[in-house]
Amino acid sequence: MSGARADKGGSVSWLTRARAALRGVREWWDSASGPVRWSVYLLLIVGAVLLPADAVGNVMSPDSNWADLLFFPIGGYILLAIGLNVVVGQAGLLDLGYVAFFAIGGYTMAILGEKVGWSFWEILPVGIVVAALSGVILGAPTLRLRGDYLAIVTLGFGEIIRITARNTPAIGGPNGISGIPHPPTLTDWSIPDVEPFTSLGLGGLAPFEYGVLDARPYYYLMLAAIIVAIVFVVRLNRSRVGRAWAAIREDEDAAELMGVPTFKFKLAAFAIGAAIGGSAGVLYGAQVTSLNPAHFEFMVSALILAAVVLGGAGNLPGVILGAFIVAWLPERFRELKDYRMLFFGLALVLMMALRPEGLLPSRRRKAELEEGTGGMGGLGAGVAGPDGDPHEVKAEVAG
Amino acid sequence: MFNSFLDQFWPSTVDGLSLGAIYALVALGYTMVYGVLRLINFAHSEIFMIGTFAAVGAVEAMGITTPVGTVALIGVVVVLAVVAGVASGGAAVLLELLAYRPLRKRGASRLAALLSAIGASIALQQFFALVVIPTVFDRPKEGGYLPVQSNDFANPVHLFSIGPVDVRSDKLIIFVGALLMMVALDQFVARTRLGRGIRATAQDPETAVLMGVNIDRIVIATFALGGAMAGVAAALYMMRFEETQYMVGFLLGIKAFTAAVLGGIGNLRGALVGGLVLGLLEMYGSSFFGPEWRDVVAFTVLVLVLMFRPTGILGESLQRARA
Repeated sequence: MSGARADKGGSVSWLTRARAALRGVREWWDSASGPVRWSVYLLLIVGAVLLPADAVGNVMSPDSNWADLLFFPIGGYILLAIGLNVVVGQAGLLDLGYVAFFAIGGYTMAILGEKVGWSFWEILPVGIVVAALSGVILGAPTLRLRGDYLAIVTLGFGEIIRITARNTPAIGGPNGISGIPHPPTLTDWSIPDVEPFTSLGLGGLAPFEYGVLDARPYYYLMLAAIIVAIVFVVRLNRSRVGRAWAAIREDEDAAELMGVPTFKFKLAAFAIGAAIGGSAGVLYGAQVTSLNPAHFEFMVSALILAAVVLGGAGNLPGVILGAFIVAWLPERFRELKDYRMLFFGLALVLMMALRPEGLLPSRRRKAELEEGTGGMGGLGAGVAGPDGDPHEVKAEVAG
Repeated sequence: MFNSFLDQFWPSTVDGLSLGAIYALVALGYTMVYGVLRLINFAHSEIFMIGTFAAVGAVEAMGITTPVGTVALIGVVVVLAVVAGVASGGAAVLLELLAYRPLRKRGASRLAALLSAIGASIALQQFFALVVIPTVFDRPKEGGYLPVQSNDFANPVHLFSIGPVDVRSDKLIIFVGALLMMVALDQFVARTRLGRGIRATAQDPETAVLMGVNIDRIVIATFALGGAMAGVAAALYMMRFEETQYMVGFLLGIKAFTAAVLGGIGNLRGALVGGLVLGLLEMYGSSFFGPEWRDVVAFTVLVLVLMFRPTGILGESLQRARA
């Protein structure tokens, strides 16, 4: 009895200590000077480049090919989560059909690559534009809806895209498209096979030669896309656009009254999120060489949303951590085989009960949570804030 | 295309109404929980799934192995509805206690609650596929992901025809049964003390608490009622299809939620209207464009309806339209 109690006390103090450490890191980061920050960025990038090393792989995924995992699902989910975070975390729009944009990117790569014969580098911008356009097409009629109506419409859109792909023989129907070309090799330069690269397992690797077997060059491609996406999203978030999103998320009516063209900015969030999702799709299609509609089930949308919320919607490091966990955990525990999805579901419930604001919550969102409305509104029969009408999300008809 | 639509018009209508009645019953669970908590109870589809398995178990337990006559069938379906209703209602209450209440107590965001619901949904599906189906239903170890047939107990017979409309016993039972349940629920919410509490909470939780409504009891009642409706829907579904699987609720749940939104979420009568409209349009759509486009038709209709009536056909609210 007393032992159990002591145990509980121990875990609580461990949690408090972790929290204090997190706060410490945040304070240090806030006061860090420019050069310090840049060296941290550089260290992170070097770390990410060295990530496919054998030593890391042996720990992180002893049973399966670490480089494969790093490319997809880990890298892919991180890129998708960054894109969905723009929609859910920054603009506060609930999108349950995000996989549609991933699918559109993937199919653009597949069709233009396999049927038309374009190269990856030509298709990438086209795929991004097509996905962004489809985001606008979906958003224009639906973004006037609020909250849960938007959620179900996006879910429906995701299903429409998948079923349409399945029912259209011209793009392979249920069998999908195979024989998608790999990206052309940029340069066959390879990392010299000398220490320290040899012991890292990176010696002799040609990082810009896209073959069939080695997933590491694709991982570097994904990494580059992730870095570009991060820079883009962070810059955007600090601009007028980001402030408009925050205003919309916190109170759409107030934002509108203050002169923020909410519809325009919501549409922009949708288009940017879709573009990032589309780029992930193009990259994915270029590596796997064959795509079919089963790759784009609703479950992918749910997992990406889980990544965003689990990590802490609106906070980029949190979202990346969340995506990593969601992608990596089920792969790491392959020895549990079938049971991993069961545990994943339970872990999701448990995590939300213990830390509903996410692992690394955004400070702004946390403040909203403490007010009781949490940006997207609190639960109806929950604890309403001082000014929190729990029905505020639905009380008025959009228009 | 158009000819097949005309040929199929009356059969599609009958099928659409019976399918729509099932959607409507399941939609009630979504709409009630949404009305009270503003939460998309994503795991409601698994509540339905649990009901179908309870029905399979009940058929086996009753020792029915051959189809029964129409009158006996009504009795069997009533028993199945009670068993599945209790199982689903109980599961829904457990779900609220384990997955949602801790979040409500912490004042978590609706997004966190939705995620908890998705987690619970995944966990329940896998739990059934990995543990319940292989052990309780005595299927092979790897067979948890395969469809499970119930004993064949319903033998649909042609009852009567109204002009060109052929009415089959099972479809009639589904339609009438679902309608009865909905009227009962509607009256319950409109007339009883508990129903008044539900409406009060849906209208304004804070004031309801101030007026002495025990909000936790109301939430439990909401989940129990919505779950029981899904259980009845599951019993009716099993009579019609006699087959289920761990994922049976997924698409049906999405459709039912679509029906709830279509009719106006939070609105009980809206669930009925939405369910029937969705069922009919799906059937008409599949006779028009081919069955593989059924789901696309359903979701396209949803998008179109919401564009012109952003709060659904009857408008939302468990409270205003009906208080």
